[in-house]
Amino acid sequence: MIAFWIILTGALVAVTCGLLGCFLILRKMSMVGDAISHAVLPGIVIAFLLSGSRETLPMLLGAGATGLLATFLIEYFHRRAGLQTDAAIGVTFTFLFAVGIILISAFAGKVDIDQDCVLYGEIAYVPIDLWVTANGTIMGPRPVYILSVVLLVVSVFIKLGYKELKLTSFDPAFASALGISTALWHYLLMAAVSFTTVSSFESVGAILVIAFLIGPPATAYLLTHDLKHMLAITVVLAIFISFTGYWMAYWLNASIAGCMAVITGGCFVGVFSIRQLIKPKGSQAITNEVMA
Amino acid sequence: MIIHAQQPIVEVHDLTVSYARKPVLWGVDFTLPSGCIAGIVGPNGAGKSTLLKTIMGLIPPSSGYIKLFDRPVDEVRSRVSYVPQRESVDWDFPVSVLDVVLMGRYGKVGLLRNTGARDQAIARDCLDKVGMAAFAKRQISQLSGGQQQRVFLARALAQESDIYFMDEPFAGVDAATEQAIIGLLREMASAGKTIIVVHHDLQSARTYFDWIILLNMRLVAAGPTDQAFTDETIQQAYGGRLNLLSQVGDVMEKRAFPSREN
Repeated sequence: MIAFWIILTGALVAVTCGLLGCFLILRKMSMVGDAISHAVLPGIVIAFLLSGSRETLPMLLGAGATGLLATFLIEYFHRRAGLQTDAAIGVTFTFLFAVGIILISAFAGKVDIDQDCVLYGEIAYVPIDLWVTANGTIMGPRPVYILSVVLLVVSVFIKLGYKELKLTSFDPAFASALGISTALWHYLLMAAVSFTTVSSFESVGAILVIAFLIGPPATAYLLTHDLKHMLAITVVLAIFISFTGYWMAYWLNASIAGCMAVITGGCFVGVFSIRQLIKPKGSQAITNEVMA
Repeated sequence: MIIHAQQPIVEVHDLTVSYARKPVLWGVDFTLPSGCIAGIVGPNGAGKSTLLKTIMGLIPPSSGYIKLFDRPVDEVRSRVSYVPQRESVDWDFPVSVLDVVLMGRYGKVGLLRNTGARDQAIARDCLDKVGMAAFAKRQISQLSGGQQQRVFLARALAQESDIYFMDEPFAGVDAATEQAIIGLLREMASAGKTIIVVHHDLQSARTYFDWIILLNMRLVAAGPTDQAFTDETIQQAYGGRLNLLSQVGDVMEKRAFPSREN
């Protein structure tokens, strides 16, 4: 049962992150996920200091707010100062993360939020973080419920906004010409990334969130030329990674999050290598087709 | 030399646009009649693309206003189509040719709804018009430059608009595609559509367009091609730009010796 809960948690995070990551990659904004997952730290600490508890809702709000603040600052530095996006990201998230660390060490040193928890999380504790109702019924691990809701919200968001997300990613100028607000969809996507990140990382840690955001979509991108297939392959990969990552950690008696991240990287390298091996034939076929 | 249209469908009034406080367009003021093919012509950096983007509302003007069908652009977006520069998008994006053309239907479909069978039929019909019907299922990274431009054109056609703004549709396309596109534009114009094209080739401009907007940060000339596109106005627009003088010379030479013209 422990294995089931951990694998399920990992899969829920991986699928949610992967779905959003597909659009981040296609918008050439992969590192924004990295930035958001770090920049949420001060928001979490401030929410904790204000509410005095580790309840999920204030944490989500605090993290969502600083996550959006980070994306706003990145856009602002990029547009107003003419700074390259990656430089804007580098400046913004290290600054916000450092602010978070100072807040923790200065004001919240005695509680169980610390840098390690934020960065690495501990998915192995998921099965003991139980949701117990008022009359004492044990409903199963709390994170599983939270992450299921997040996955549902993200899936609905992508389902309803698929057309707009696709168009604003592919051709923002044309989208604006149609009257579709590129800024609105940009910030909706960023908000989704912020909330996903913060609700995921208390169980799996920021590093694994980043790995899940980019790893499976990047692998899927190598495998297909169709956005819907890319999303589908990402989901399958995400579940596969969670499953194999857990059993690898079980065998090696190693960090579960670490093993899942390694499998994520392994999948990418594997697909990339296979593609390189069969590429000569493939590219030849394409060239011939274009010539004809 | 600015000639205004009688019943303008496009009205640009005293438009000034600046990037980072540096003006790139100064007091541009012209009108266009309906059913014409108009060319926006001028040297590099003249602000041709900026003018188009400002008309589409993608760049806010510093002063002045734009009216299409005598109304602000935001009220008539469903009747206006925009073809961005081909290089402005990532052609490795995982979508098919048909997907891209269907994007032209998104404005009509509306928020949170999906394109239907009718949109599919229109998209395929538009692909057929640009001679790309056989490529519908092809992934866009496998297209040549000319094919990419045809796909963009098909997407604009799928919008079923009345005004079409096109940014450099002839840039980097083969001669066959260029002829196919201009043929299609003429067909559209005779069906009452108004087409505004950013163009940089002076020679073909004279034959392609029946209305010319000659631009070099300021408006140099605007009007029917035979009146607005003269040696004098071309020199005004391109004067002082040595690298382009030869091109201007070429045009004048061809006018002096018409027998050599193609």
